[in-house]
Amino acid sequence: MRALIEELCSVFGPSGQEERIREVITGHLDGLVDEVRTDRLGNLIAVKRATVKSERGKRIMLAAHMDEIGVMVTHVDAQGFCRFTTIGGVLTNTLIGSRVHFANGVEGAFGMEGSPLARERPTPQKLFLDVGADSKEDARVQVGDTAVFRSSFGAVGDRLFAANLDDRIGCAVLIETLRELESSPHEILAVFTVQEEVGVRGATTAGYGLEPEIILAIDVTATGDFPQATPMEVGLGKGAAIKVMDRRMIAHPKVRSWLEETAQAYDIPYQLEVLEFGSTDAAAVQVSRAGVPAGTVSIPCRYVHSPSQVADYNDALGAVRLLVNALGSEYPS
Amino acid sequence: MNELLEKLSRARGVAGHEGEVRAILREELAPHVEDLTVDSIGNLIVRKGGSDSSVRHRVMLAAHMDEVGGMVIRVNGDGTVKFSSVGGLDPRILPGKRVTIGAQAVPGVIMRAPHAARTGKRVTPISDLMIDTGGAGGFEPGDMVTFESDYEEYGRLLKGKAFDDRVGCYVLAELMKGSYPCELVGAFTVQEEIGLRGAGVAAYAVEPDVAVALEGTVADDLPKEHDVSPTTELGRGPSISVMDRSAHADRRLVRILTETASAHDIPWQFKQPGVGGTDVGTIHLAREGVPAVAVAVPCRYIHTPAALMDPTDVGHTLELMSKALSGPLGRPLGGRVE
Amino acid sequence: MNSDGKSSDSDSFSLLKTLSETPGVSGQEDRIRARVSDYLAPLVDELHTDTLGNLTGIKRGRDSSGKRVMLAAHMDEIGLIVTRLEKGFLRFAPVGGVDLGALPAQEVTVHGRSDLPGLIASRPPHVLSMQEREKPFAQADLFIDVGLAADRLAELVSVGDFISVRRSADRLGNGQATGKALDNRVSIVVLLQALRILQGRSHAWDIFAVVTVQEEIGLRGAKTAAFRVAPDVGIALDVAYAEQPGASAEESVPMGTGPAIGLGPNMHPKLRKLLVDTAERDEMPYTIEVLPGNSGTDAWAMQVSQAGIPTALISVPIRNMHTPAETVVLKDIDRSARLLAEAICELPDDLSALALDDEA
Repeated sequence: MRALIEELCSVFGPSGQEERIREVITGHLDGLVDEVRTDRLGNLIAVKRATVKSERGKRIMLAAHMDEIGVMVTHVDAQGFCRFTTIGGVLTNTLIGSRVHFANGVEGAFGMEGSPLARERPTPQKLFLDVGADSKEDARVQVGDTAVFRSSFGAVGDRLFAANLDDRIGCAVLIETLRELESSPHEILAVFTVQEEVGVRGATTAGYGLEPEIILAIDVTATGDFPQATPMEVGLGKGAAIKVMDRRMIAHPKVRSWLEETAQAYDIPYQLEVLEFGSTDAAAVQVSRAGVPAGTVSIPCRYVHSPSQVADYNDALGAVRLLVNALGSEYPS
Repeated sequence: MNELLEKLSRARGVAGHEGEVRAILREELAPHVEDLTVDSIGNLIVRKGGSDSSVRHRVMLAAHMDEVGGMVIRVNGDGTVKFSSVGGLDPRILPGKRVTIGAQAVPGVIMRAPHAARTGKRVTPISDLMIDTGGAGGFEPGDMVTFESDYEEYGRLLKGKAFDDRVGCYVLAELMKGSYPCELVGAFTVQEEIGLRGAGVAAYAVEPDVAVALEGTVADDLPKEHDVSPTTELGRGPSISVMDRSAHADRRLVRILTETASAHDIPWQFKQPGVGGTDVGTIHLAREGVPAVAVAVPCRYIHTPAALMDPTDVGHTLELMSKALSGPLGRPLGGRVE
Repeated sequence: MNSDGKSSDSDSFSLLKTLSETPGVSGQEDRIRARVSDYLAPLVDELHTDTLGNLTGIKRGRDSSGKRVMLAAHMDEIGLIVTRLEKGFLRFAPVGGVDLGALPAQEVTVHGRSDLPGLIASRPPHVLSMQEREKPFAQADLFIDVGLAADRLAELVSVGDFISVRRSADRLGNGQATGKALDNRVSIVVLLQALRILQGRSHAWDIFAVVTVQEEIGLRGAKTAAFRVAPDVGIALDVAYAEQPGASAEESVPMGTGPAIGLGPNMHPKLRKLLVDTAERDEMPYTIEVLPGNSGTDAWAMQVSQAGIPTALISVPIRNMHTPAETVVLKDIDRSARLLAEAICELPDDLSALALDDEA
């Protein structure tokens, strides 16, 4: 799965333009599922039918989002510099010094108005992108073009470094779960969603269309294990996290205990997560139609929404084990 | 220049009080459409079947009837009125403006304390402003407050209130009078300015295959010190949104519009991405999702009593939409989502 | 239980006291749901709990057309949740819009393996600099102390356990009462008392009395309940900011002069008028709550459910909202219940009476 994570992290896919990452993920689903389709907003839906007949089999939606945060060009000036707007929760103070790249391969570096020595705190209005052009005509990008953050994929032991572990690591976990799940009493609706970073939009429509009986999101979560972090129990390398609550959602107690009991039964390390900011696709599907019991399996990740995110490979492996064992058995009555 | 546009601009209707605008549109469109209904929140939905029965394709066009304005919160004994904003009123432009209140359009002026005017260092928040009617009466808490401004020509431009989004209502009404291969549903929506409330409900009921929101949008083309985006510019044709705070446009629809414009020599411009939001925000998330895009007439000074727009932009927006509906927009979308 | 309306605990204060003192933080409403369920069961024909935990009691009307009015009163209260165990103390985060300023030195109940009494702990002023003393507490300055050693605490409490305010409900002077979670337990009392009144009345419509969950964290229960019930009309029951020193007349409604009827774009004009006309006809006192935009109540979610629902709002004025010291005038509760019951009897036989299309 390590190679898969690295591969997925290298594919372009800002919110609203997920076609390339969708194509790559579709390739990896070959032979793993019974049906693959794309819906009206661009969500990739892979259906794996139940292999074991059981009255307690459920329609379970698993959601990992394909999209990543980025920037969009709003104006190209006469000298070829680009003004931009952000896509998703980009942290302005991480921009100076980071690099973006466009779908057509053009690179962009961030610059800031004024003297580099008298730097104040950057605001998006004071920043611009240098795309290697000397004039508007010369620039190989135009208004409406998008770019994503790129830093080389790295690893130190089991610690993984990339700009978009959020949520390509979740996509990898979902693909690997489909691969390892040999038999299940449940109908698995694996959805690689779009536009999560701009307001869980893909999950909103996919949840409505699929009418699942249970929703599990697979996403990254913040940690409390670095200097002066917001007090939070979650840390890297201590296992996948089972969500209790985040900014928009409280997990269904039965879904949460199903995951917790599975982890305990199979001796899989896990941590409980209370996240004070951010949310996941599960929050949208939970309130779809007449309501869906919701939970989230999270992969702890430091510096989420910065161009250098850090996660632990073992937590991703743990998430796969947790999901495979939970989905392979019956949902508690 | 145009009687319907003038009537719509002069009509008064903040969120929750769209009745007058609705009545004008009902009367205008009744002879031209097959079905006309008003739903529980107040959206006016008009429908017209396609000219080509082999085409199974339902296009919803949406334009919102409400304008930004205020609401009477309290009427004081001395005839002054406390009000609050309904939608995004800019407190910087309020002092000294003329308004009309309630169903009887009682005139009033917005005043602020003299000391606030003298120092002028701080924007006076709406909660510190009052309306003076001279003790006229004839209204009560909950009644709407609207800007008062004539509809007239300013050189080559048009001036009036509520072009956001009465110009969209106008374009939509004119489009409904035409004939296209697809089924066409016009949704004149309510409560856009307080959270795109009507459009989501309309899209849920209509279940369109694709949707286009017709808007009056920000033009920020005043002279600037730096070479930055004007958002949109007057006289450069309809603006097409790629992405704003409420939605990403379906890129296939963006291409249909830009290609149609180019094919017919209609000028067009991209709106500065990331600015504002439209009814597309709730429409594209209705049910299983609806591919959608926003097309707008550039307007200077929207959300003030006196907006300006270029009549050629209105004409070009109408032309673009009409050509698109007769062409690829009136046919089922091909290809996958991008 | 006490459906005859004669038993001693059927008066509004004792109902309110029981409901106020029962814990039910958003997301963990099982106990308050069980309690409400006991009171609701004898008043309705059917009772069930849905996916998210909303409790719905159905009282059938005489009309066979099956027109539905959904009443929504949320059962959840704001509270706290454990985020971390730290050297025998607990770190926490808010659940819903908690007023941080009213927390320090407040007693709470930590819902661990068992209920543990605790209090919100902070450092005393004596050890702080003058500058530090003048700043209000931040969340990071506060802990919860339950008086247990770290190892014992870890056995009984885990991350994700909910915490509710520990506060009895009691009478004040002049027919007032105080307690925690009066937002929105007063409205549950309104709902129960209205259903009691309706036991002896004939009403045409089916009543779907929904006691919703997770209102305080984004109207989540009402959203799914409204989808499932798909009512013809919705009436939300909630609380309004009552006049108090420091609150302007624009941001509050009078207290002790009956329910506040919501007015604004969130409200269907004809349904709102039906409430006002009913109050006028029966000479019931009421006030108007002007809401220029989002009402912040279940009405906001109901109005845009599916293809739209005509919605209205009846609110009981309370003071000190979202603190452990909320206060209410008990008479306002009974007046709200009467208004609600009478309005339900007035719902029109023909839905076209609510149509907006004849409006200029």
